Amino acid sequence: MSKPKLVVIGNGMAGIRTLEELLQLAPDQYDITVFGAEPHPNYNRILLSPVLAGEQAFDDIILNPLSWYADHGITLHLGKTVTQIDRRNRVVRAADGTEAAYDRLLLATGSSPFILPVPGKDLRGVISYRDIFDTETMIATAQLKQHAVVIGGGLLGLEAANGLKLRGMSVTVVHLGDWLLDKQLDIPAGKLLQASLEQRGLQFLLAHQTAEIAGNAAGEAVAVRFKNGTEIPADLVVMAVGIRPNQALAESAGLYCNRGIVVSDALQTFDPRIYAVGECVNHRGTAYGLVAPLFEMAKVCANHLAHLGIGQYKGSVLSTKLKVTGIDLFSAGDFMGCADSEDIVLSDPAGGVYKKLVIKDDQLVGACLYGDTTDGAWYFKLLKEGRKINDLRDHLMFGESSIGDAGTQGQNRAMAMQDSDEVCGCNGVCKGNIVKAIKDKGLFTVDDVKKHTKAASSCGSCTGLVEQILMNTLGSSFQETPKTKAVCGCTDHNHGDVRRVIREHHLLTHQAVYQFMEWRTPNGCATCRPAINYYLLSTWPKEAIDDPQSRFINERAHANIQKDGTFSVIPQMKGGVTNASELRRIADVADKYAIPMVKVTGGQRIDLLGVKKEDLVNVWADLGMQSGHAYGKSIRTVKTCVGSEFCRFGTQNSTQMGIDLETMLANMWSPHKVKLAVSGCPRNCAESGIKDVGIIAVDSGWELYVGGNGGIKTEVAQFLCKVKTAEEVKEYSGAFLQLYREEAYYLDRTVHYIARVGLDYIKARVVDDSANRKALHERLLFSLEGLRDPWAERIAGKQKHEFIPLKVLA
Amino acid sequence: MNAITTPNWVQICALDDIPPLGSRVLQRESGNVAIFRTADDSVFALLDRCPHKGGPLSQGIVHGAAVTCPLHSWNIDLASGEARATDVGCARRFAAKVEAGLVFVALH
Ligand code: SRM
Ligand SMILES: Cc1cc2nc3c(=O)[nH]c(=O)nc-3n(C[C@H](O)[C@H](O)[C@H](O)COP(=O)(O)OP(=O)(O)OC[C@H]3O[C@@H](n4cnc5c(N)ncnc54)[C@H](O)[C@@H]3O)c2cc1C
Ligand code: SF4
Ligand code: FES
Repeated sequence: MSKPKLVVIGNGMAGIRTLEELLQLAPDQYDITVFGAEPHPNYNRILLSPVLAGEQAFDDIILNPLSWYADHGITLHLGKTVTQIDRRNRVVRAADGTEAAYDRLLLATGSSPFILPVPGKDLRGVISYRDIFDTETMIATAQLKQHAVVIGGGLLGLEAANGLKLRGMSVTVVHLGDWLLDKQLDIPAGKLLQASLEQRGLQFLLAHQTAEIAGNAAGEAVAVRFKNGTEIPADLVVMAVGIRPNQALAESAGLYCNRGIVVSDALQTFDPRIYAVGECVNHRGTAYGLVAPLFEMAKVCANHLAHLGIGQYKGSVLSTKLKVTGIDLFSAGDFMGCADSEDIVLSDPAGGVYKKLVIKDDQLVGACLYGDTTDGAWYFKLLKEGRKINDLRDHLMFGESSIGDAGTQGQNRAMAMQDSDEVCGCNGVCKGNIVKAIKDKGLFTVDDVKKHTKAASSCGSCTGLVEQILMNTLGSSFQETPKTKAVCGCTDHNHGDVRRVIREHHLLTHQAVYQFMEWRTPNGCATCRPAINYYLLSTWPKEAIDDPQSRFINERAHANIQKDGTFSVIPQMKGGVTNASELRRIADVADKYAIPMVKVTGGQRIDLLGVKKEDLVNVWADLGMQSGHAYGKSIRTVKTCVGSEFCRFGTQNSTQMGIDLETMLANMWSPHKVKLAVSGCPRNCAESGIKDVGIIAVDSGWELYVGGNGGIKTEVAQFLCKVKTAEEVKEYSGAFLQLYREEAYYLDRTVHYIARVGLDYIKARVVDDSANRKALHERLLFSLEGLRDPWAERIAGKQKHEFIPLKVLA
Repeated sequence: MNAITTPNWVQICALDDIPPLGSRVLQRESGNVAIFRTADDSVFALLDRCPHKGGPLSQGIVHGAAVTCPLHSWNIDLASGEARATDVGCARRFAAKVEAGLVFVALH
């Protein structure tokens, strides 16, 4: 059976990116043909500027060499411009007569530079700046001629001017506006930029309107004349005054166009067989001119071409950078501000630094930075997230590092780092490895970097740094990792979708989830299976059945795997309290099974390390203690201090409170591990300030804190409320933990969950609404009721095969 | 088939002794062997040593026809023993088959 045919018109960044995404999702679905008007394989258009400036060579910027097309069986027609789309017969035709039939057609024709309709525009030496050909023309001209005039003081114009200057020409930039980059910068930043470009020898004529380009008898440009009557010499004129979507072909085929080929959120044109992506489209009234949105479009479009049909493109927020080495500027959002917004401005003209932040309705809506852009990524994130900034306001201008804990550590470090400095401590990846991979392999996203270098793929604490390195290496072609990420490569759905669907459709099994949500793999992977298992169990307690094969080995074997394949055993020791008989049994077990290490843990209990898997069940039986769940995404410990029973400062019986809480929460599974602590007075010897739930006793009752974390990134717990009785402590903590169990995404600790929903939301559900609190607490008790200690179950024979190795008899 | 290439099949256990999407360890003097069972009841056998740092592959999560090593999450293809991109390495494989509900592995 022959495959359906997909034809792509436009061999540029958006079209080929869509194919790459499609090939990942559905490698064999289509017979693919690509037409490209340019005689080159797909290259990174963005990097034409470094090529012009002499910082890179053409070969460095090829994204997909010819072998890539061959490897994927793609028919490639280079140097052929498609001139007709015959929709009735579903055939496209190129100028030279080449034809290709299609079942699906993808238009990715990009855009064309706008050419000012002035006399002399067709003279030799008048060019635009769009492709390799233009760039080569500029490089060649610079060797022969003297005077260059760039019309247009936007990003492209300035990058062209900078390159031509570096190639030895005398360059004047003519700009209609009153300051440079008037779409990207405000006046003070524009003036600073102008000053530093003037220092590099560029000349500027602002508020000048071009009237005509004068030529000589040979038909070559010689001068540019302005409306005000003046003129300057010009051997080379580069027009960089804007782009127009290439829509003529689509229009002639009767597709609806209006300042771009009009597409839906599925990137579909008005003909359902025809899709369009890239600079040629108009999506919700916007035509984009930067790659980040085009790559987002590519992802969605590929998804629909692969018949998965779930993605939607909803438009993009953009940020700007200028790729002129040594000049740092960044802008995003509404940086000019309006009547009802306020500005925070930091201006240091002598130091060449200017920063302006625009705030409206307690949100950051715009940022314009010049000279110091290290916090650009952070501001852009705040802006896109639309986060309320009242708590950050005083520090906002000083950047993320001044916020201390609230930001990802190390944001500002990336630029100052040496190539040999380690970025990812878990996988031992240095900055140099990452930069090399980004350049050699053409990586654009943090996920790409994770896949290729393993950086940020383990504990994740260096993700911010990796993002920063990507941004520095790629310039504005950097794409941020989307906030609502897919659970894993098996699906495009995010954790929120999965949780919702399991609840709304009462799904009870893994298979039901994979089928209903159209997983791409038959039975998931090691990333999604444990998450789905938790969602099923926590949403439908006593209905959904636990699947041991979907649990990480630690939770399957109820012990923690060690680097040599042995296991560690940590029995429960409620509140850190033990007795002589338990200690004696622990000592006996250590002797009997020749346990190599016995260690007091940071969680106030005792760890037996290096136990052989086949000994586990016997060790548990001999200990006669319950599982401490030290291996699970589950309740861990409740740390306590001595409290009022013995301590001269103790105000309440914190030890008993801890024991009671640990008893209440025994066997509780959760999105990530859960740790509690109870201290008997504000001296806080149990370290309640860095626990998921921390309780501090005071004379008049108990203070409850939530969302603390002492691990990868220390987070101080936030005050939730104060209660009077021990019963209330249990009800409030139980209700909070149940809310977390029901709503958090798998592997989010409480701190991450609270960061997502906000502490106010937690207070409204747990503190203010007593009926809801009681209901939550009851749901917690309901799902815990009847759960047996997993060690006892295994002593009784459950999952026997897990612990018994096979032997060859003969 | 000739005598030189005929594998030396050893009967190991019943298919039902291995949970679907699970595995069992076969203990051997010369190195443990992990025996995997996929959702469609195919069986595969690999030396129980991850090509990365020797992690016990038998303890990993089985999905599709691959296993994820429990130590640092390399994905190992069950049929070839090769690590999946972008990791590089190979776990030694042994031929394995199911006949009449019994699992056989060619251990030489
Ligand atoms: C045994 C213990 C160290 C010790 O000897 O003291 C320990 C050992 C491990 N910790 Fe821990 N943590 C231990 C207390 C802690 C503490 C201190 C505490 O609980 O008061 C923390 C910081 C507090 C916190 O979690 O907020 C801690 C933060 C972590 C983290 C970072 C968690 C985070 O959200 O940032 C990890 C990684 C993870 O869970 O993903 C981790 C992971 C691990 C693992 C399970 C790594 C692994 O997956 O193999 C270690 C197992 C070692 C092994 O070979 O068995 N361990 N770990 C402690 C057991 C306590 C207990 O009795 O249960
Ligand atoms: C010098 C320069 C610097 C840039 N810098 C940045 C930057 O720093 N950051 C950023 O985000 N963006 C930057 N851009 C913009 C970015 O390059 C574009 O947004 C992106 O390339 C657009 O992708 P596209 O696939 O829509 O169009 P293109 O990449 O232009 O691809 C369209 C292709 O289709 C071909 N084509 C058109 N019509 C036909 C036809 N009828 N038949 C066959 N083929 C056809 C064209 O020849 C072209 O090759 C820069 C652009 C330039 C020129
Ligand atoms: S016990 Fe904790 S801190 Fe120590 S090495 Fe293991 S994970 Fe790291
Ligand atoms: S030992 Fe298997 S992934 Fe490291």
